[in-house]
Amino acid sequence: MDYCPHTDNDIKQMQSAIGISHIEELFADIPEKFRIKQIPDVPPALSEQETLSVMKDIADRNQLPKLTLTGAGAYHHFIPAVVGHLVNRSEFYTAYTPYQAEISQGVLQAIYEYQTMVARLTGTEIANASMYDGASAMAEAAVLCAKMSNRNKIIVGCSVHPEYRRVLRTYCWANGYEVVDAPYAPSGQVDGDALLKKLDDQVAAVIVQSPNFFGVIENIAPVADAVHEKGAMLVAAFTDGTSLGILKPAGASGADFVVGEGQSFGNPLNYGGPYLGVFAAKEKFMRRIPGRLVGATVDKNGKRGFVLTLQTREQHIRREKATSNICSNEALCALAAGVYLSALGKNLRKLAELNVYKTQYLKNGLLGLSGWEDVFPSPVYNEFVLRCPDAKKVNEKLKNEGIIGGYELQKDYPELENTLLFCATEMISKEDIDKVISILK
Amino acid sequence: MELIFEISKPGRVAADVPASDVPPVNIENTIGSKYLRDELDLPEVAEIDLVRHYTNLSRRNFGVDLGFYPLGSCTMKYNPKINENVAALFGFTGLHPYADEKFAQGNLQLIYEMQKYLCAIFGMAEFTLQPAAGAHGELTGVMMIKKYFEKKGQNRRIILIPDAAHGTNPASGALCGFDTVELRSNSEGGVDIEHLESLMTEDVAALMLTNPNTLGLFERNIEKVAAIIHGKGGLLYGDGANANAFMGKTRPGDLGFDVIQLNLHKTFSTPHGGGGPGSGPVGVSQTLVDFLPVPRIIKKDSGCDWSENHLTNRDGETSYLPLPHIILKDSTYAWSSDFPHTIGRVRAFYGNFNVVVKAYTYIRSLGAEGLKHATEMAVLNANYIKERLKSYFDLPYDRVCMHECVFSGNRQVAESGVHTSDIAKRLIDYGYHPPTIYFPLIVPEAMMIEPTETESKETLDTFCDAMIAIAKEAKENPDAVHNAPVTTPVSRLDEVLAARKPDVCWKKS
Repeated sequence: MDYCPHTDNDIKQMQSAIGISHIEELFADIPEKFRIKQIPDVPPALSEQETLSVMKDIADRNQLPKLTLTGAGAYHHFIPAVVGHLVNRSEFYTAYTPYQAEISQGVLQAIYEYQTMVARLTGTEIANASMYDGASAMAEAAVLCAKMSNRNKIIVGCSVHPEYRRVLRTYCWANGYEVVDAPYAPSGQVDGDALLKKLDDQVAAVIVQSPNFFGVIENIAPVADAVHEKGAMLVAAFTDGTSLGILKPAGASGADFVVGEGQSFGNPLNYGGPYLGVFAAKEKFMRRIPGRLVGATVDKNGKRGFVLTLQTREQHIRREKATSNICSNEALCALAAGVYLSALGKNLRKLAELNVYKTQYLKNGLLGLSGWEDVFPSPVYNEFVLRCPDAKKVNEKLKNEGIIGGYELQKDYPELENTLLFCATEMISKEDIDKVISILK
Repeated sequence: MELIFEISKPGRVAADVPASDVPPVNIENTIGSKYLRDELDLPEVAEIDLVRHYTNLSRRNFGVDLGFYPLGSCTMKYNPKINENVAALFGFTGLHPYADEKFAQGNLQLIYEMQKYLCAIFGMAEFTLQPAAGAHGELTGVMMIKKYFEKKGQNRRIILIPDAAHGTNPASGALCGFDTVELRSNSEGGVDIEHLESLMTEDVAALMLTNPNTLGLFERNIEKVAAIIHGKGGLLYGDGANANAFMGKTRPGDLGFDVIQLNLHKTFSTPHGGGGPGSGPVGVSQTLVDFLPVPRIIKKDSGCDWSENHLTNRDGETSYLPLPHIILKDSTYAWSSDFPHTIGRVRAFYGNFNVVVKAYTYIRSLGAEGLKHATEMAVLNANYIKERLKSYFDLPYDRVCMHECVFSGNRQVAESGVHTSDIAKRLIDYGYHPPTIYFPLIVPEAMMIEPTETESKETLDTFCDAMIAIAKEAKENPDAVHNAPVTTPVSRLDEVLAARKPDVCWKKS
């Protein structure tokens, strides 16, 4: 099936209008020796029915777990039915970036509302239309801080997601900036004293994450004060966005930029993407931040309308002087987030509380197993780290029961031998947790 | 239309939360009050309000499903519905990215095969699917170029960018710390070879070339361009934004490109979502394979095995092969980060996987022949529009075009003061999405029209009729064009006000 509607006669008529007798004449500019007759190694066409059958077969080769006890940057939450129905309106999903505002008011207003919700949730003043994902949002915030301050060092807490730090290092290497790791304290929070020692006048930004990769909630306010005292900026990331239903947002504790993964807001796990890079900031950075921004304005009759604004920051106007090269972002995922957050409303708090209840129940259950112990004695949201006698064996046991177990931290933190990072969301029932405990007994 | 905040009423809610089946804990004691937020200021609406709000918003939005969308360089082809159905299969949406590879063999196979198909279509040695969009792919490609020279111990500072290039090209170069130098186009709309020769030194890391370029013209001197770049040890970067112009006709790898990024949301029919998610795979020649982002997918053939089973042929008869015989056991796929020269990661996890599922479905539906046919019809459609409109609008480069054609509104400006932006807005009143305008920058009052292959002759004809009618209106009744659009929920918006007094987050007044 190729979706081309021309009949043979249409093609003939069009060829004669153009003045050619064969399609091949249109490709005359391609040097003969580089022309191919056929794409090699791509299978022949399939009917729609065959396509579906082939694709179902591939999907079925995945084994869907009965239970997922890993979060670590991607979170299994319930998605209300309205989200899918509204995001699947094809007026939204078959549109391009809203360059022509008059026929794009739908997506423009939806993004304006999303920006407002994100600013309120993160305790900041402004938010952009989205970045690729939490990791790239964090990396771009760091690069921006370095550019604005003419300083070349970024300090990042080791308790920040390891893949986010890897992305940060890639972006900083490309720009010639140095990344300095700040260790975590026995509490699982960033080590304040060690951080202070590393803070010199070459540091553009300090990055922490709260809840951090260990699930631990960071104490942002004192970090923000220390960072600002040295003339640097604080970039605060978050892991699971639903934590903002109860936690004090980093923007309210002094962070200059709040970034994170918005997947939790109405976007499926999707084996890692597409996800939603949340990017929020203090208002004073509005003319420097990367990405699309939707602004309210009026038409010539004074009627409210929305446009892409402050585009002089962007690549299509400023080219090499742009604040970033980002163009397409994750608008549809942001739309899903807007619908999700509007659907939940004040119930986001209730949902976050439910996550805490489940998490505490799972944690207490696991701590009742012989040889298991808590690693970080700090408040957590819906993830926590435990040490057990044999982490690999635990996950193997769970895997055999069709359960995705905890994240093995030793991969990224050699010192955290036999520790597992678990996550419990509202998707896990008491019965599930009891079963997990009985499997591991 | 009211904002969701303006229809909000305290006490309403659309989504409920189940009662807890585990004992609740005291949140203040468990988390600590200093970590807790006070207010949570989100909209409060009933489900019906929510559905009507967003449904009404959708009615104020134009997509491919509503009408012709000839937005040049964006390849707004039809997004087949089967792709959406496949991508929504729970087998593809339901898996956590850190699920053990044993759980994810279907996903891994799809990623592996997608990379192989892209290698075959574009003639590259290897692909990565990690970048989330085209510009992200560009950044990834330029990073690999930087790493390549770093490993060779060469400090090349410059990237050459043609004056017709997309803005993302110089921005991607700059985001990797390169200086960008502009390369002129010649009178035919191609690379000015003499200028290229004068700029090409051993300080130049790469040329970022879009081929066909943003005028929709194929670079006839591509072999010479590649030779000049490679002759000084530089690399040739291909911006694959216009890949819909050559699938099945030629391959960038054969043309001498060392690295190319694609846009699955253009060439491979995945919907653009009103500004993403896209997907920006990057293909490399053997020269750059070592620098690809990690993790990379590897296939482990578990080798051959002896089978005691009878084989049956197509007629259901038992075959006469002696037992036991050799069968190829299933392959397994795994992620590996063990590549010491990699640039690292450019995002978390593995890329916009669910977008890749749609593109893979598209490739399987069309097959090798269908992809080639799509390209042929896309090029036919663009040339047809070019022929039908060229006596009404200035055509700065009158050559056979590829998948898009670029006109100038100069004649209308001179005759009646009607600008390209006016023509674009008037097209909206005729029921069309306007073309890309004022780009490429080297064409004054540019109108870049990309019809794609999925549009019928009737659609192209009525669009051309509308363009011709607007050209006539511009002469006879320019005010009608200046005042457009008149059929939309809002008329032209004050962009200057939006930028001067930015209001990007709503505040209760």
